[in-house]
Amino acid sequence: MGAFGPLRNPANMFTALVLVIFAITPILAPALDESFYVIVFARIMVWGIAAVSLNLIMGYGGLISFGHAVYLGIGGYTVGILAFHGVTSAWIQWPLAIGVSGLVALVFGAISLRTKGVYFIMITLALAQMIFFLSVSAERYGSDDGLNVLARSDLGVSFFSLNNKTDMYYTIFAFLLASVFVSWKLVNSRFGTTIRAAKSNDTRVQSIGVATYRYRLTAFVIAGIMCGIAGLLQANLEGFVSPDMMNWQRSGELIFMVVLGGMSTLFGPVTGAFVFLMLSEVLAGWTIHWHIIFGPFLVLVVIFARGGIAGLLTRRADRD
Amino acid sequence: MDYVLLTEQLLNGFQLGIILFLMAAGLTLVFGIMDLVNLAHGSMFMIGAFVGGTIALMTGSFVLGVILMVPSMLVIGVVVEMTALRTLYPRDHLDQVLATFGLILFFNEATRLIWGPEGLVVPLPAYLDGIVSLGLGITYPVYRIFIIVTGLLVAFGLYLLVGKTKIGMLIRAGASNRTMAGALGVNIPKLFSIVFGIGAVLAGLAGLIITPITQAAIGMGEDVLILAFVVIVIGGIGSIRGAFIASIVTGVIDTLGRSFLDVVLLLFLPANAAESAGPAVSSMLIYILMAAILFFRPQGLFPPKGAG
Amino acid sequence: MTDVIAPNVTKDIALKANGLKKAFGGLIATDNLSLSVATGEIHAVIGPNGAGKTTLVNLLSGMLRPDAGSIQFNGRDVTRLPAPARVKAGLSRSYQITSIFRDFTVLENVMFSVQARQGHSFRFWKPVSRDASLIDPARELLGRVGLGDRVDIRAGELAYGEQRQLEIAISLATQPSFLLLDEPMAGMGPEESQRMIEFLRALKGAYTILLIEHDMDAVFALADRITVLVYGKVIATGAPDDIRNDPAVREAYLGGDDSDDCSEEGAA
Repeated sequence: MGAFGPLRNPANMFTALVLVIFAITPILAPALDESFYVIVFARIMVWGIAAVSLNLIMGYGGLISFGHAVYLGIGGYTVGILAFHGVTSAWIQWPLAIGVSGLVALVFGAISLRTKGVYFIMITLALAQMIFFLSVSAERYGSDDGLNVLARSDLGVSFFSLNNKTDMYYTIFAFLLASVFVSWKLVNSRFGTTIRAAKSNDTRVQSIGVATYRYRLTAFVIAGIMCGIAGLLQANLEGFVSPDMMNWQRSGELIFMVVLGGMSTLFGPVTGAFVFLMLSEVLAGWTIHWHIIFGPFLVLVVIFARGGIAGLLTRRADRD
Repeated sequence: MDYVLLTEQLLNGFQLGIILFLMAAGLTLVFGIMDLVNLAHGSMFMIGAFVGGTIALMTGSFVLGVILMVPSMLVIGVVVEMTALRTLYPRDHLDQVLATFGLILFFNEATRLIWGPEGLVVPLPAYLDGIVSLGLGITYPVYRIFIIVTGLLVAFGLYLLVGKTKIGMLIRAGASNRTMAGALGVNIPKLFSIVFGIGAVLAGLAGLIITPITQAAIGMGEDVLILAFVVIVIGGIGSIRGAFIASIVTGVIDTLGRSFLDVVLLLFLPANAAESAGPAVSSMLIYILMAAILFFRPQGLFPPKGAG
Repeated sequence: MTDVIAPNVTKDIALKANGLKKAFGGLIATDNLSLSVATGEIHAVIGPNGAGKTTLVNLLSGMLRPDAGSIQFNGRDVTRLPAPARVKAGLSRSYQITSIFRDFTVLENVMFSVQARQGHSFRFWKPVSRDASLIDPARELLGRVGLGDRVDIRAGELAYGEQRQLEIAISLATQPSFLLLDEPMAGMGPEESQRMIEFLRALKGAYTILLIEHDMDAVFALADRITVLVYGKVIATGAPDDIRNDPAVREAYLGGDDSDDCSEEGAA
């Protein structure tokens, strides 16, 4: 695997640089009086986890889910709603968030994976929109205005708490590394090979005796759970959940992060999230109408920079 | 649940269906013929509303706004097709989704720059601003009838255009077999531009005629776009007939669900549960419908011939 | 017409199609087609373009459902069985248009096929690149089909003839008893074709083969029996010599098609 390969490869060097920045920011930031970046990078890492999860089905599996942000919302709202009802233990919240994300992914996947191509894109979008409208109509939990997460998930130990900014940061960092590690293991296992083969040539997979549907569905559920975890982390980080977390534009942005970093590369989604969100910050600091630059930028990336950053920095993406 | 309210809501649903059809018709043609996932279709809805609305405000005539909107959107549609979308035809769906997503961001921001963040209020002309009695105690706003009639006329016109004219024949040929149509000497790039232009006009019309009721706003096309996706999925990609039927069904079910679902739920749920579940379930109703239809017919109700 | 009974029909029947029908819209691609393939034989299906040969492969392999008729495989009714289940039963196919995993290496292509044969792939952790139970059989098979020195090359970068060999290697790795080969010589030059003929001859006996082929040299060199298909109908079945001399075949097929096929007819 190139991603764990030689550092001489510029894409890997860039990845390593981003990871080092992530790792040392909380240590350096107070010294530089820039603790603002701790929040910014924590946010980026959460998106990175979500993008890694999307890459699993989209990059490796060829399944263009246009509703992936819905699992951010589901993971987030599970934490927010439980906290609203006074349940703050992480040992209850997190398994539930994982379970609900997985269940929703199972149902949505079971429906949408019956279709292909454009239908699949539109159905994942529509199903996500359904949950979006559900959250908008949930008056009890704040409707449009969202819901304050009344307390952070309680890990039940004295030496480590999400109320501590650094602990929170490194929890997210650990989950980010874990998500990349898990997708690395998955992609190279028999399961991952099946998913990648089905992307490459679905009819051939069927004609050597493998029914692809259940493998794709399993991948869809794993990705949903992983993104649900990103959602529960986001709820804890921001102290707030709202329907906007699963707005369809968020799903579009997630897709862009994956493509920007380099599809079906292990760390591509992480660097993609990093570049995407840093660029947004910079442009937004420059003009409030930054979308007028960002939109055409997106079009240009699609037209001229297939393979994303990883593709630009190396001739070939990791998986090849 | 009295019949006056029911009739009124049925008509409202029908009217929503008409708007959806105007959106879905262009989308489904572009999908069917060019195999292009075009999210920017929602932007055409918005631009039609702003451009037509501005013309209406400047000339003081709503009808003139509608009339002049047509060539404006045709030009905008063709320009967008020729500058941005043309390069995307040979690309895969992912590239198309991303690039047209970028176009949405651009158009939204451009609209905000030109018209400001508040949007545009377009008043109804006095002769359309009234209520008419339909007998049996049923009254209905004139303007909504105007929308329904306009939509039906356009649908009929589209049926004639696609079914009876030479260009319609080319469109149908292109939809069923692109290579064949190319081999027959059809000028494919020109055909695509025209189809896209027609789609932009239809979307713009939908955006404009809904504006006196809702007002023109940034991003107004996006929710309608997603509903139009649902319609297309239900109707079957590439099928105008499917788009029409699915639009009306979707519009009526969505509207009736929002008005009556809590009453229906009261029949088998306690009052407070029905009251809170009503809005939640009704906002999900058409998606549930879509999921159910897809479960039994993954290609939609009217799949195009030769698909799949 | 004809029910020429070749002597080896008394053997076990591996595959039997009864009254298969398949129409696409108004076009009838398969018309009341019956066919039986004896265990161990190479049974060729020939016919002019548009005779419904590929539709027949799709029906037999389970990629298409027939409108009517039935298919029996080793005595078991498989008409309703989906494609993956038929592979599990031992019926494997190759494609006319090369169908391989282009982004995988040659070895990975065959390894995946071996993996499919070994049962479900719900194994999430162990890397396949260190799985000897996949690598060893795949290497062994690739050696047998003459791709032993090409294992680490991306499949998409192989020469065309080698891709065709890989295509069949993928099918063989599922350990079938029956091979459905859809024009294995398609697009090959004479030299490559000759090598493929030798390759298939080596498989003879070990596998029952239904060979769809345009190349008459290959058909007459390999086949024990030949079925001639015209417009989705069987017009003749029999030993190569009988088919060569069958007037209906000459009339409908050899006379009707382009002269290339005619001239090759006597070349066996």
